[in-house]
Amino acid sequence: MIEIKDLHKSYKMGSNSLHVLKGINFSVEDGELVAIMGSSGSGKSTLLNILGMLDEADEGEYTLDNVPIKNLSETKAAQYRNKFLGFVFQSFNLINYKSAMENVALPLYYQRVARKERTEKALQYLERVGLREWATHLPSELSGGQKQRVAIARAMAAEPKVLLADEPTGALDSTTSYEVMDLIQKINDEGNTILVVTHEEDIAHMCKRIVHLKDGVIVEDKKVKQVRAAEYVQ
Amino acid sequence: MKQLFDGNTWQEIFQSIRKNKLRTFLTMIGVFVGIYIYIGLSGASKGLDNGFERQFETIAKNSLFAWGQRTSIPYAGFKTGRQIQLKLGDVEVLYNRVPEIETIAPRNVKGIFGSNPGIITRGLKSGNYAVYGDFPDFADIATKKIYDGGRFINDEDIEQARKVCVIGERTQKELFEEDEDPIGGYIRIDNIYFQVVGVHKFTPGGGFESDSDIYIPFATFKKLYNTGDNVSWLTIAAYDDADVVKVEEDIKATLRSIHNVSPKDERAFGSFNLGEIFNKIMGFSSGMTFLSLIVGIACILAGVIGIGNILLISVKERTKELGVRRALGATPSEVRNQIIIEALTLTLLAGIIGIIFGALTLKIIDALTKGGDFPYANPTVPIPYVIGSLLLMVVLGVLIGLIPAQRAVSIRPIDALREE
Ligand SMILES: Nc1ncnc2c1ncn2[C@@H]1O[C@H](COP(=O)(O)OP(=O)(O)OP(=O)(O)O)[C@@H](O)[C@H]1O
Ligand SMILES: [Mg+2]
Repeated sequence: MIEIKDLHKSYKMGSNSLHVLKGINFSVEDGELVAIMGSSGSGKSTLLNILGMLDEADEGEYTLDNVPIKNLSETKAAQYRNKFLGFVFQSFNLINYKSAMENVALPLYYQRVARKERTEKALQYLERVGLREWATHLPSELSGGQKQRVAIARAMAAEPKVLLADEPTGALDSTTSYEVMDLIQKINDEGNTILVVTHEEDIAHMCKRIVHLKDGVIVEDKKVKQVRAAEYVQ
Repeated sequence: MKQLFDGNTWQEIFQSIRKNKLRTFLTMIGVFVGIYIYIGLSGASKGLDNGFERQFETIAKNSLFAWGQRTSIPYAGFKTGRQIQLKLGDVEVLYNRVPEIETIAPRNVKGIFGSNPGIITRGLKSGNYAVYGDFPDFADIATKKIYDGGRFINDEDIEQARKVCVIGERTQKELFEEDEDPIGGYIRIDNIYFQVVGVHKFTPGGGFESDSDIYIPFATFKKLYNTGDNVSWLTIAAYDDADVVKVEEDIKATLRSIHNVSPKDERAFGSFNLGEIFNKIMGFSSGMTFLSLIVGIACILAGVIGIGNILLISVKERTKELGVRRALGATPSEVRNQIIIEALTLTLLAGIIGIIFGALTLKIIDALTKGGDFPYANPTVPIPYVIGSLLLMVVLGVLIGLIPAQRAVSIRPIDALREE
């Protein structure tokens, strides 16, 4: 699904240049649930943003579902993001004047799906994250966990090939974090490919594979036995 | 373009407009006020325009009056202070020497300028009214509305010095019964019987006459009052394209030469140049129209710039939202178009509301001033002006929308998302 070869990325700040990714090689198979770990500043978000086509690598190859991602125009990148990728952010990033349902329907709007179908699909995905009855509520009326579940529903609504989550539990307490991870695991169970950036050891162990970043390179990449989040959720 | 006709686009835009009420209100108020002022001002100046037109509708717009006074400079053996008397023969000379003249109507009068009015009687009723000796030409200069069934003085009246008269509305009321038809009836003017041939309608504010004036043929007047070839004053209309100030000068110069008056004597002839005054008023009112156009456009401009400003602020506020939208697949052109269409929609919406309120205000003012003496009538804004202002708003709305739109897409989505 994802293929990365010798990926480099540096940020220029004035005359200095900060080399963040120094040759990343890694690939993700269909249906994997990968945790990306590493200390703060190790380049986790940078990697994820490149995978998400929000940012571009300086060097190296990136293939997504056999499509080479290189020198995309902003328009092309937007279309690929819409078709291939779902994003979940640490700070949820819901649009505050849109109801939960409208937020979930937004990626479908950019796919030019008709309104009726959009609403139907959005409600269906809200159902799957257990928030069907919150459909008409604004984000400000939802708890953090609920917001993140709406965000996950939104990311899934466009039926992407890969779900990218940058610290999805970073702003949540542990109980809520497990609820969100439970949801992510269930989505993965259905065969979706998911990458999760996290700081937390316990969250990482709820994935099936852990990739460790340090000083811009992968220092460890191991399969783990998945801990089911459901065990912690009553 | 496709986006413009897509229902989804409009849903997004109306949601964004509806859900950001304060922003919507603030953006719209500027253009609303701008177009409101524009419509109000240009409507009001049009109303003044119409009002002045109405004031002058009964008299030729480039007409003037001339009469004799006393000389102030001794000349050709005459002493100063000589009273100048205009003569009927002057008319022919004036026609020949001043080609810009279209019509001259000499008039004689009894009852104003210090002379005694005629005593008019009918049976037991009587009254004192001004009596004018007129030529039919007078009706060409000052339109006299004659009530149905009647007429003004005609050429035959002059040729035969007929004893006919045109009376005023008030005279009719005072001398005739209400249900009586005055046409064909007889009245006595200074003891001579005259047949009434017409009743003239009095137009308030129009001209200088009153509703009790009596017009008789010039020739009859001459016989009745023994005025010979004397003329009280000349009513003169110049051609439409003539320069009335120059015509006035030429007329006076001609009169000076006819009557042996020094060419430098400014006081020997009096005149009143209605055309000049009319031009000044029209100049004022077209100045008003122009001013209101400028002020209105400036106001609209200011309003649109306000919209651009607030949209710019709102784009900054919504950086994160726009980043999210782009992460979810909004292309730069979709983001750009959405903001431009938003700007355009806000501008047009505010503009249309402004036009409606402006038109209502004009209606109210019109209703309040109706029937009054104030020269104000039918304050409409010409449709081309309205369409022009709408077009102007469309163009400005799009142009001003370009700035925030460009700003919105100039930020990379990754930076937009990082924004707090
Ligand atoms: N736009 C940028 N411009 C300059 N430097 C940047 C930029 N984005 C990230 N960096 C730097 O690159 C390095 C890696 O950042 P990145 O956000 O990928 O780290 P991270 O592993 O996600 O850290 P954290 O766990 O704190 O989120 C950091 O030192 C950061 O300061
Ligand atoms: Mg990070």
